[in-house]
Amino acid sequence: MAGVSDGSSFKMPSIKFTKLFINGQFVHSLSGKEFETIDPRTGDVITKISEATKEDIDEAVKAARVAFNSGPWPRMPGAERARIMTKWAELIEENVEEIAALDAIDAGKLYHFLKGGEIPGTARTIRYYAGAADKIHGEVLKPGRELFAYTLMEPIGVVGLIIPWNFPSTMFVTKVAPALAAGCTVVLKPAEQTPLSSLFYAHLAKQAGIPDGVLNVVPGFGSIAGAAITSHMDIDKVSFTGSTDVGREVMRAAANSNLKPVSLELGGKSPIIIFDDADVDQAAQLALLGILFNKGEICVAGSRVFVQEGIYDEFEKKVVEKAKAWVVGDPFNPKVHQGPQVSKKQFEKILSYIEHGKREGATLLTGGKRVGDKGYYIEPTIFSNVKEDMLIVQDEIFGPVMVLKKFKTIEEAIKSANNTKYGLAAGIVTKSLDIANTVSRSIRAGIVWINCYFAFGDDIPYGGYKMSGFGRDCGLDSLYKFLQVKSVVTPIHNSPWL
Amino acid sequence: MMASRRLSWLLSRTLSASYSSGAASLLHSLVRNSGGWRNINRFRFSTAAAVEELITPQVPIRYTQHLINGKFVDAASGKTFPTYDPRTGEVIAPVAEGDVEDINRAVTAARKAFDEGPWPKMTAYERSRILLRFADLVEKHSDELAALETWDNGKPHEQAAKVELPIFVRLFHYYAGWADKIHGLTVPADGNYHVQTLHEPIGVAGQIIPWNFPLLMFAWKVGPALACGNTIVLKTAEQTPLTALLAAKLFHEAGLPEGVLNVVSGYGPTAGAALASHMDVDKLAFTGSTDTGKIVLELAARSNLKPVTLELGGKSPFIVCEDADVDKAVELAHFALFFNQGQCCCAGSRTFVHERIYDEFLEKSKKRALKRVVGDPFKKGVEQGPQIDVEQFEKVLRYIRSGIESNATLECGGDRLGSKGFFVQPTVFSNVKDDMLIAKDEIFGPVQSILKFKDIDEVIRRANATRYGLAAGVFTKNVNTANTLMRALRAGTVWINCFDVFDAAIPFGGYKMSGIGREKGIYSLHNYLQVKAVVSPLHHPAWI
Repeated sequence: MAGVSDGSSFKMPSIKFTKLFINGQFVHSLSGKEFETIDPRTGDVITKISEATKEDIDEAVKAARVAFNSGPWPRMPGAERARIMTKWAELIEENVEEIAALDAIDAGKLYHFLKGGEIPGTARTIRYYAGAADKIHGEVLKPGRELFAYTLMEPIGVVGLIIPWNFPSTMFVTKVAPALAAGCTVVLKPAEQTPLSSLFYAHLAKQAGIPDGVLNVVPGFGSIAGAAITSHMDIDKVSFTGSTDVGREVMRAAANSNLKPVSLELGGKSPIIIFDDADVDQAAQLALLGILFNKGEICVAGSRVFVQEGIYDEFEKKVVEKAKAWVVGDPFNPKVHQGPQVSKKQFEKILSYIEHGKREGATLLTGGKRVGDKGYYIEPTIFSNVKEDMLIVQDEIFGPVMVLKKFKTIEEAIKSANNTKYGLAAGIVTKSLDIANTVSRSIRAGIVWINCYFAFGDDIPYGGYKMSGFGRDCGLDSLYKFLQVKSVVTPIHNSPWL
Repeated sequence: MMASRRLSWLLSRTLSASYSSGAASLLHSLVRNSGGWRNINRFRFSTAAAVEELITPQVPIRYTQHLINGKFVDAASGKTFPTYDPRTGEVIAPVAEGDVEDINRAVTAARKAFDEGPWPKMTAYERSRILLRFADLVEKHSDELAALETWDNGKPHEQAAKVELPIFVRLFHYYAGWADKIHGLTVPADGNYHVQTLHEPIGVAGQIIPWNFPLLMFAWKVGPALACGNTIVLKTAEQTPLTALLAAKLFHEAGLPEGVLNVVSGYGPTAGAALASHMDVDKLAFTGSTDTGKIVLELAARSNLKPVTLELGGKSPFIVCEDADVDKAVELAHFALFFNQGQCCCAGSRTFVHERIYDEFLEKSKKRALKRVVGDPFKKGVEQGPQIDVEQFEKVLRYIRSGIESNATLECGGDRLGSKGFFVQPTVFSNVKDDMLIAKDEIFGPVQSILKFKDIDEVIRRANATRYGLAAGVFTKNVNTANTLMRALRAGTVWINCFDVFDAAIPFGGYKMSGIGREKGIYSLHNYLQVKAVVSPLHHPAWI
């Protein structure tokens, strides 16, 4: 693999927004505290960000509460919300390069992918939910006697959204857009590693005409700001994306406070199952991308690759070859495939899993080390000869580390694939319709990709089985989690039909 | 609702001689010559309002040819027909006159755009972006469109500019939002089968729209068809061909691929009939009169059995219960009937009033009608412009005479207004009985018929005693009355304490002879989608 490539010719925009965004204003935190956000290419400080603590969360919730209880947002027609959201999407499109640069420098993500894919995608997602805002239908019901009954789908209220650092922009709109379309007001905490783009989106939201208090962005740490959100007595719903361990804390805090419903999109150890009839070269490419995309920092990463014995040897050879050609380096360099891990902590965690894998007796086929001596770059790493009870097979590593395992029969593959506490995603590579159908129904996971991977779409819900969480992001399912159902019932007399 | 200029000819050609409703016999006797309006000066006019000097619309007539395959072209025959200013009966512009050959060319273009073109193969998101861009362009050109609409149709300019154009834009935003949310189902099977439904565009849609809301009817038809990925041949009403051509041009500027939306101007019996009977049109949607709707359905049946959506006539009841606030009820009932010169398929044309408040209601309704400002629709403050054309104008006056002859009491109005154009006085009849022609037929003009009732059961029976079932209005404060009436009335829309609320998401259509199918809302998508069930066996599934 190549060494660190130089992307230094890229001119960074100045950082415009570093304070909390509450009630339509950028404000200092009440405590005056700040934290540093770091450039993972170098470990250097990009800028200091106001740090939200409990008091700031209270202020944000107050603003969101007023905006919900007496503001225009939930009271305007869905079509009007849609128009404002559409304007927001247009403003994002006008600022794609700047936002892409913010995410690239803050998260170490590939700049050209952000500019060409992820950031324009946020505008698309906002338009999708804008288009749904005027299509929130209740139902007229069929009671068993002389009653007239119908359901009203009402916005659930003030929602707390806590998003991770791996897709700062996508996660922001995936949570915020359906909540706003539903008519809710929002208090959003971005990850402390990646607060920059969220603040920029908030600025554009205000420009687009989203009323003050409807969208509040409060950067800070999970244990402080996050905990204040999840345990807040005046937040009606929390949607969280992050690790399974933290998800447990979120749910506990919700239970200990006001029993707010939560939706959790958590970790995964997703299988990609490759059958003998697959095109080996394509399968190797797909599996490689399945683990290396976004440096392996993606909850649905295909981190366990099961390959049928007939093509196993050839597959192993090819996937190692491809991994060695994978370019790790500065994410601003367009030739680079993989930037640095997001933080020192993650970087060290991944390296320790690699060491653990070696100690447990797995075979290291390629990679296993850091790249260069600066920043948090890690070589694409592949282990074979793994056992199902090994830590590198059981745990979510959240880095560029693939474990490769041979299997004989469909039944064995299904059993192995399901042998995990997670159930977020799965991939199947086969030409056989029967295998595709059988396996897609047998895998206990929220999304199954057949002959593709990471095939996301605004209209395609995804989320977890088992300890990968509950609730769905994307699609109309995501809208429903921000709605309450109210049944309205009244007697009718002398109705000509029932 | 659309009595075409040559409807009588069409009827005599297509329907058997045994057809004899009041409407048909009336229509048979209509003057066919478009110059006939000059001979109707015998009607005297009152002084409810004067039709003074007319404002000349400051808008160019840019497009008068057919729009086929992305290009403006003359009619194959080279023929044109005049489109008139209903304020004067004078010609605005000659317009390309479509006939069989033009329809054939348009269908060929639409077929190619559907079978080969990028449109149905595009992502739904790309389609929705084009619809959104079109809506933006319409907003930019809304002054021009509104002026053209009023000029060609005669509706108040304020109504066109401030109500209809924003609703038009809104409808395209709405349908843009549907494009990427058209869901099939995965379906449970009784055995080991994997079953799913694909919702596919139906193909080439033929759409025939009326003259009373030329732009809004364009949006109701074109919006869902395009959101679903279909291609279109649209025939406009011969009275109002202008705005659709400009709108379709803007659609192409917004990025609509050529051949996806083709607009042909022309008459019903020629261009309309060619479209309805075309063997390569996969779907037909028609809004117009019930009589023409029958012909359309028959032509579809005789040709390729294309499914047909029909949105036809009405004689909608507006029921004022005894607990109603009379002043509010009077205003709403007045609006329900007189809006758009009474040229609404859903007009509240039978005003049923409870006997306890009948006298007061009547007096106030009459006063309100006398206050109605009729005049040049371009003038600010004018509530009512001219009827669309001489045929409608004469038909309305004929019905008024019929009302008088059948001994209904003419409370006010009853005649033309001025000596030029097609203006009709706001007219109110009281003592109207259920069997009178004015209580049975769709008049489609500014003629309010007020009927008295005693109790709810009676008014339900009488309100439903019509061949139509398009809409109904209910005015009451009582939740039980509202609940009973909303279910008992056999109509596609029931407005309670409101009327003519036409949001994009609210479905609209008829029971009985008011039509088939629903437009607007999620229901409208089903008109333009085929459902394909896909079934395959499952081997060793984890569950079924």
